Amino acid sequence: MSHHLLEFKDVRFRYPDGTEALKGITFLITHGESVGIVGANGAGKSTLLLHMNGHLLPTSGAVTVGEVPLLKETRPEIRRKVGVVFQNPDDQLFMPTVFDDVAFGPLNLGLPPDRVRERVHEALRQVGALALSDKPPHHLSGGEKSAVAIATVIAMEPDILVMDEPAASLDPKSRRSVIGLLNSFHHSKIVASHDLDLILDVCARCLVIRDGAIVADGRAAEILSDATLLAENNLELPLTLQGRPAREGPRR
Amino acid sequence: MSFEAAYSGLGRLDRLSYRDTVVHRLDPRAKVVATMLFAVAVVSFPRYEVLSLLPLFLFPVLIAALGDIPAGFIAKKVVAVSPFAVFIGMFNPLFDSAAVAIAPGVSVSAGWISFASILVKFALTISAALLLIATTSFPGICRGLRRLGLPALFVSQLLFLYRYLFVLIEEAMRVVRARDMRSFGNRGAGMRVFVRIVGTLFLRTVERAERIYGAMLARGFRGEIPSMRRETLRPSDAVFMLAAGGFFVLCRLVPVPQTIGRLLGGLAG
Repeated sequence: MSHHLLEFKDVRFRYPDGTEALKGITFLITHGESVGIVGANGAGKSTLLLHMNGHLLPTSGAVTVGEVPLLKETRPEIRRKVGVVFQNPDDQLFMPTVFDDVAFGPLNLGLPPDRVRERVHEALRQVGALALSDKPPHHLSGGEKSAVAIATVIAMEPDILVMDEPAASLDPKSRRSVIGLLNSFHHSKIVASHDLDLILDVCARCLVIRDGAIVADGRAAEILSDATLLAENNLELPLTLQGRPAREGPRR
Repeated sequence: MSFEAAYSGLGRLDRLSYRDTVVHRLDPRAKVVATMLFAVAVVSFPRYEVLSLLPLFLFPVLIAALGDIPAGFIAKKVVAVSPFAVFIGMFNPLFDSAAVAIAPGVSVSAGWISFASILVKFALTISAALLLIATTSFPGICRGLRRLGLPALFVSQLLFLYRYLFVLIEEAMRVVRARDMRSFGNRGAGMRVFVRIVGTLFLRTVERAERIYGAMLARGFRGEIPSMRRETLRPSDAVFMLAAGGFFVLCRLVPVPQTIGRLLGGLAG
């Protein structure tokens, strides 16, 4: 299905202060792919994600979602296709109750109240947060906030799901349930994270970004087991691949 | 009162509003309208009126009792903001010194009476406003105001105020804690550090606002926050509004304590 394509063609972006954050990014993500984006702090991951739904527009080059080129005028349409879950759930959840927050997107899409209610119900069920429906976001725990933040985006039924650090600052159990959740989606998925184990569990493909350019693009299992490549990018082997005996204790 | 105590007081007010009692179940609009009528009735009393105002205390007392709101908690909040009213009225006794007899053989300056009137009016309106917030969820009040015709932009501002008040306070609390941890004795050099903390919080708030706006745009925001709740006024809401309104008018037009006094006097005589 061609409408689930996401294509970047030689995308460059310069911030108003002159910093060149993206220096010619080219890739194609096809239907149903799950792609991890990794790289050091400041490598350009966040800037890249902000281009995917037109929050930023490329200084030069082209972004295409399905058959729609990303332009100022096509942004509403692009935003319907690409759902972005931002890193901090407190920024994502701005309505007074969980229900209102999940309903915000579908209502803006102009759906009738019955359909909105169905979608909210379905999205909250998928993330296991139905019981939280009437709670105000500031009474939720961190894990609950993350789950609801994901629900707010899947309620809009986007073709492509983009996530920035979906499991940052979650306890291991909540992190595990977010991973399970991500694996249950059959959307195209794009996940930027420093949590390489999460990428390994969720993504089949992986892009490595350094200084605003792609330095590696391939199977996640291969890239994430390449210790030299990872070290060059301020990363290290995922813990599951480090093969460290449990009783070894701190290494020196 | 320390910062953290003030925060937990606010949180308590918020949690009270999620209870489920007769008062909580009333439509927000009915409660907003009744509270507004109450405020108008209270401030419409002439400035030397004290005695006739007293029956109006029945309204907040009833709401607190039926809404299962601890009266002491509300009273404490009223006292906490009372300096405003005290400052407004404190010069009345000095400037308005005409003598008035309040009981046979006892007379005070008229200023004292108007000062007392200001304090009573203040206690009445503030307790009613606090009880409105304690018995109605804040989003409910906002929906009610919107349905009563308040502009959408204004209502969105109120909703965001409510949503991010807690986030901002927690952020401020973390910064203050970080300061206290590293300042010994003289509380982190006082004013200068404080000013910087406020500056930092402001910058963080601006950045957060940008991220929130981005998240809103990502979900199709086009200027108005949509709501799909369609509450209808039930007979109980109408009864509540009419009863409350009728009571206020009665108190305003008939000097209730004096009438009761005369009736009792009539019975005795």
